[in-house]
Amino acid sequence: MTGDEKHEWAAASTIDVLWVLYDRVLNVTPATADDPDRDRFLLSKGHGPMAYYAVLAEKGFIDESTLDDWTSWDSPLGQHPDRVLVRGVEISSGSLGHGLPIAVGTALGQRIRRSPGRTFVLVGDGELDEGSNHEAIAVAARLGVANLTAIVIDNQSAMHGWPGGIARRFAVEGWQTAEIDGRDHEAVHTALTVPHDRPYAVVAKIERGR
Amino acid sequence: MMTTMREAFIKTVNEELDNDPRVAVVTAVISSSQFPQDRERVVDVGIREQTMVGVAGGLALAGLRPVVHSYAPFLVERPYEQIKLDIGHQDVGAVFVSIGGSYDDPVWGRTHQSPGDVALFDTLPGWTVHVPGHPDEVTPLLRQALKDDNRVYVRLSLRENSQAYPVGEGFTALRHGKRGVVLAVGPMLDRVLKAVDSENADVTVLYAATVRPFDSDGLLAAVRETDHADVMVVEPYLEGTSAHLISEALQLIPHRVRCIGVKRHAELRNYGTAEDHDAAHDLDVVGLGSAVRSFFRG
Repeated sequence: MTGDEKHEWAAASTIDVLWVLYDRVLNVTPATADDPDRDRFLLSKGHGPMAYYAVLAEKGFIDESTLDDWTSWDSPLGQHPDRVLVRGVEISSGSLGHGLPIAVGTALGQRIRRSPGRTFVLVGDGELDEGSNHEAIAVAARLGVANLTAIVIDNQSAMHGWPGGIARRFAVEGWQTAEIDGRDHEAVHTALTVPHDRPYAVVAKIERGR
Repeated sequence: MMTTMREAFIKTVNEELDNDPRVAVVTAVISSSQFPQDRERVVDVGIREQTMVGVAGGLALAGLRPVVHSYAPFLVERPYEQIKLDIGHQDVGAVFVSIGGSYDDPVWGRTHQSPGDVALFDTLPGWTVHVPGHPDEVTPLLRQALKDDNRVYVRLSLRENSQAYPVGEGFTALRHGKRGVVLAVGPMLDRVLKAVDSENADVTVLYAATVRPFDSDGLLAAVRETDHADVMVVEPYLEGTSAHLISEALQLIPHRVRCIGVKRHAELRNYGTAEDHDAAHDLDVVGLGSAVRSFFRG
C-alpha cells in the first residue's frame, strides 16, 4: 500500500467503532464539549482521520462544509487532528504512541476531580509497537484507572504481530479485556458499555480489505 | 543546616499539595519517596519517563497543574518528544523540575549529565525557564509557577551562590561599569563576581535566575549605559545557548558577544568532581578571569 492508501485503510478501519462511540456511548455533544465532566475520546492513532472528521461533522462538532477543503492552508482539518484548531478534538495526534499515556493521565485527572467522566482512547495494533504504550499499559493497571477504556483497532498492521494476541498483552498487566468484530455495531456497543472496575481494553478486529 | 535547592523544591511542592487542589506530582522513581505516595495527586509511574510526561499532559488536560520531576537527562532528553507533543502541542501547561544540572555529580558519567537541557527547551515555544542560583530563590519561583497555567522549566543544581537575590521578571544589575556587560546565569554568579574582581574589570554585572523569557530590554538598557556594546554571557549549561537572543536584543547596534558555558567541542569522558569539570570547561574563577581579561581588554 502507498502512504495514502495506508491512511485510507486506517480511516476505513476505525469508522464503525467511531460511529458507535459518538452515536451511542460517549456522553459528549457539541454543547458539552468543554464540560469538565464530559466523556473524553482520544484518537491516539491520528493517521487517517477522515473517518473521525466525518463522524464529528455528522454529530455537529464541525461544519460539514469544512470537509471539502481539508488539509488546505485555511482548513482546521489536517491529515493529523489538532485539538487547538477543532473544538471537540481532545488531543492533537499523529506521532504514534502518545495517546495512551495521555489517556492514563486524563482518566486519572477525572478520578482525582471526582468527575463522572470516562476516558476512551483508540490505538492501532501497529501503533502498539511503540514502547510508550507498554509503559502506559502497566501504569494504568497499577494505578487502577478504572474509568479508562482502550480500543485497539486490530487491522493486522503490526510489523511483527503480537504472539498470543493483543488482548493477552493487556490482560497480563491486569486489564479487563474483550475481543470483538470491529464491524459489528451491536458487538461494539455491547463491549463499550460493559461495566469494569479496572482499565479495560477492547480489541476490535478488522479483516483486511473488509 | 543548609537547605539544598532540591530540598527547597520538595518542601514547597509538598506545601502546595496541601494548599492547592490543582497541584499534582508525577515522578519516575527519582525523589518519589519525598512525596506522600498515599495521596491521589502524587503519581509515581516507575522508571517510565515517556509515560511520566504523557500522564502529566493528561492531568493538565483534565484541569490539574502537574509538577514533573526527575534527573535532568531523564526529564528532558529521554522524553523530549513527549514534552514537545504531550505538553506543548496539546497547548497545556506543566512545571518541569530537574536536578543534576549540567554535571552536578560527574562520578556517574555522561549518562547523568545534561548540559543541553535549556537548549532543547529553546527549540519549543512558550516555555519559561528558571535557573535559580540559591535555594532561597527556588520557593518564590516555584510558588509563582504553580499558580500559573503556563509551561515552566526549573533547573535545580547543587552548585549555588553564597546568597540569594530577589527573583522576578528581568535581569538584576548588581554592579555598574563602563567597559561592557557580563550576564551571569544562576549559580555562575559568585564565580563571575570573583573573576571580575580579580581582573578589576569595570563592567556591569547582570544576574539572571530567569532566562526565558529573555530580558532583552534589560540587557539593551544595561548596554546603553556602558561605553562599549560588549556582552559576555556566562551560562551553567551549553555555551552559546542564549547567543541568538543576545544578538536579537542588540541587533540595532554594533556589538561584540562572548558566550561562555559548557563546551560543545567534545564529549568529556572524565569522572572526577564538578569542580574538575568547571576547570575543564573554563567555568572556574581562573578560566572566567582569563575570559574577562581577554574579552574586555582595551
